[in-house]
Amino acid sequence: MTTTLTEIKHLPTLALLVCCEYLAIFKKTVAMHEVFLCRVAAHPILRKDLNFHVFLEYNQDLSVRGKNKKEKLEDFFKNMVKSADGVIVSGVKDVDDFFEHERTFLVEYHNRVKDASAKSDKMTRSHKNVADDYNRIGSSLYALGTQDSTDICKFFLKVSELFDKTRKIEARVSADEDLKLSDLLKYYLRESQAAKDLLYRRSRSLVDYENANKALDKARAKNKDVLQAETTQQICCQKFEKISESAKQELIDFKTRRVAAFRKNLVELAELELKHAKLQVMCAVRKCPSD
Amino acid sequence: MPREAQNSFLQSSPSSPEPASLPAEDLSTNSNGPKPSEIMLDGDREDLFAEATEEVSLDSPERDPILSPETTPAVTPVTPTALIAPRMESKSVTAPVIFDRSREEIEEEANGDLFDIEINVSDPEKVGDGMNAYMAYRVTTKTSLSIFHKNEFSVKRRFSDFLGLHSKLATKYMHIGYIVPPAPEKSIVGMTKVKVGKEDSSSTEFVEKRRAALERYLQRTVKHPTLLQDPDLRQFLESSELPRAVNTQALSGAGILRMVNKAADAVNKMTIKMNESDAWFEEKQQQFENLDQQLRKLHASVEALVCHRKELSANTAAFAKSAAMLGNSEDHTALSRALSQLAEVEEKIDQLHQEQAFADFYVFSELLGDYIRLIAAVKGVFDHRMKCWQKWQDAQVTLQKKREAEAKLQLANKPDKLQQAKDEIKEWETKVQQGEKDFEQISKTIRKEVGRFEKERVKDFKTVIIEYLESLVQTQQQLIKYWEAFLPEAKAIA
Repeated sequence: MTTTLTEIKHLPTLALLVCCEYLAIFKKTVAMHEVFLCRVAAHPILRKDLNFHVFLEYNQDLSVRGKNKKEKLEDFFKNMVKSADGVIVSGVKDVDDFFEHERTFLVEYHNRVKDASAKSDKMTRSHKNVADDYNRIGSSLYALGTQDSTDICKFFLKVSELFDKTRKIEARVSADEDLKLSDLLKYYLRESQAAKDLLYRRSRSLVDYENANKALDKARAKNKDVLQAETTQQICCQKFEKISESAKQELIDFKTRRVAAFRKNLVELAELELKHAKLQVMCAVRKCPSD
Repeated sequence: MPREAQNSFLQSSPSSPEPASLPAEDLSTNSNGPKPSEIMLDGDREDLFAEATEEVSLDSPERDPILSPETTPAVTPVTPTALIAPRMESKSVTAPVIFDRSREEIEEEANGDLFDIEINVSDPEKVGDGMNAYMAYRVTTKTSLSIFHKNEFSVKRRFSDFLGLHSKLATKYMHIGYIVPPAPEKSIVGMTKVKVGKEDSSSTEFVEKRRAALERYLQRTVKHPTLLQDPDLRQFLESSELPRAVNTQALSGAGILRMVNKAADAVNKMTIKMNESDAWFEEKQQQFENLDQQLRKLHASVEALVCHRKELSANTAAFAKSAAMLGNSEDHTALSRALSQLAEVEEKIDQLHQEQAFADFYVFSELLGDYIRLIAAVKGVFDHRMKCWQKWQDAQVTLQKKREAEAKLQLANKPDKLQQAKDEIKEWETKVQQGEKDFEQISKTIRKEVGRFEKERVKDFKTVIIEYLESLVQTQQQLIKYWEAFLPEAKAIA
């Protein structure tokens, strides 16, 4: 009988728990979306895109459909080709020091961010497990506290309350670490991948350019299709120079944004950790069942 | 006179004294939330009166509390915290009879007072090699009690010695209703690792866990006023040489006999249908059953916590290394430095988690484990009472049979057999009387024991849980320090 009563008394707490979890996940998703939209809006070229404007302004349902099987398969093959090609293309040494440095940096950085992101995820999950354990301990103490109304039981009830509060705070610690640290790292994992992709595209266009040069030389030697070779070479040259120019800018921006994002998130992380730790101390000292 | 002494002592303490009539205090009505230090002072107040009649320095913290449900913190020499008063020079104190108390309470008090003894188990040392190796522990006793020959002495004991001691005490005292604290559990896996000589962290942990458990076991045993007087206990603590307790081995002849007896007992218990005339016993048994269930659940949750906290520690350490690597490859100088700092903070936090896991386990989890075993011992004592009742009932039945036999013989007119029958009746009348007396005695002892057990339980739980909560608070305070140091580093990224 006692067990049932205990369970009933804990129902509102359970509903609250589910609510809190939902809010945490919601907060997280919303944050990522905001970052994405801000990035697009800040980009000199992307911000002018019509799709973007429609997304922001159209006040009815957009009815976006997801990729169907055929499109997904296409994506898969595109990726395969890209990685294979990437291996070939990355063997080409770059004349430009800036890009050479960037490439070396990005490869190493990307790997380390990947590792840090995975480890941060694990750490955040462990925090959540600890919070869940506090929850169970709190419930058990509550059950002990409702056995009778002696002093020790009142003591147990107080400690149970304390564990409840501690658990809420620990859960928030876990959620905040997830938001400020894990998500940050995950984001830069994908960004660094995107940067690597950009470098790949530039290398690809460099290879095309060099190939076009060789073809032109050959055409000139044979004196055959020279005009066509010249046109191709010119197009490749233009393409290469354009992509080099925008890539350089993008990569510089990438660094600026990265530093700013890390600064913002690390500062917020530290502030939140402090807030939670102080709250825990306050709760414990106030609730300390010494009476 | 006592009143003056009280005031003069309390001048040095900040808390306000309560009236000396000692009502049963309702803990929840104190809305100001007094700080932990106040428990200690309230406990001291009771001991003041002791101080007043005998000029001794502050009480021995191990005294049983006098009356109030408020408890003096029991000192377990493992980890003194800020909550527990620093141990002052302990002397045995006889409590004066100040309040109007029942005879029983006074008697109990007198028993619990000549109680000044501290036991430490330390220096685990491996003796011998291979499968015959064993761990020897140093058992140090500090006491001023006169039943011991010296004030401070130490001996070397091995695990089976402890089991032997428990076995002797259980045989002598459990069947008459005394709750004998159970010894720590055997662990074949753990011991084999140690024997084989694995010098890794898991065997060190095992040895430390056992050492702490043995210490707690001895401390509980000596706290029991009746057991303290036992010569076997004294011999265990004092003698340099102790005969080897071979009968404690699990697979020995005695071990197997024990297992068979246990099984037989279990069967018997199921078949005894006792007419409980005393509702107290029924209530108590139900209470202990509930308590057992709840403690097991709590224990499982705390063990899960220990496990997860260890995981958290490992994951934090891994993350710290990863963050350091990331900082190394970051080419923006300030951010690189900040990431290295973050790595350092996380490393320190990992240390914190490890220490907290240690506290989770040794302070909280082990206490719960101890109490689950203690409750099993309490249940055992209740079972002995049932057996005692059964014996009494059986004697009554036999007496009845003998009387019927005598009546028959009277009719059959066989004078020589008649005399024998009358003798037997006398014999069984005595047995019935003895049986009734035994039953009453065991019932009385159990009531006393359960009362004592409850008091100890309240004290233990309060002390340990408060100690544990303090460890949690300390961890958080350290966290504050670390993050406060990191914050300016993060802000300095430009």
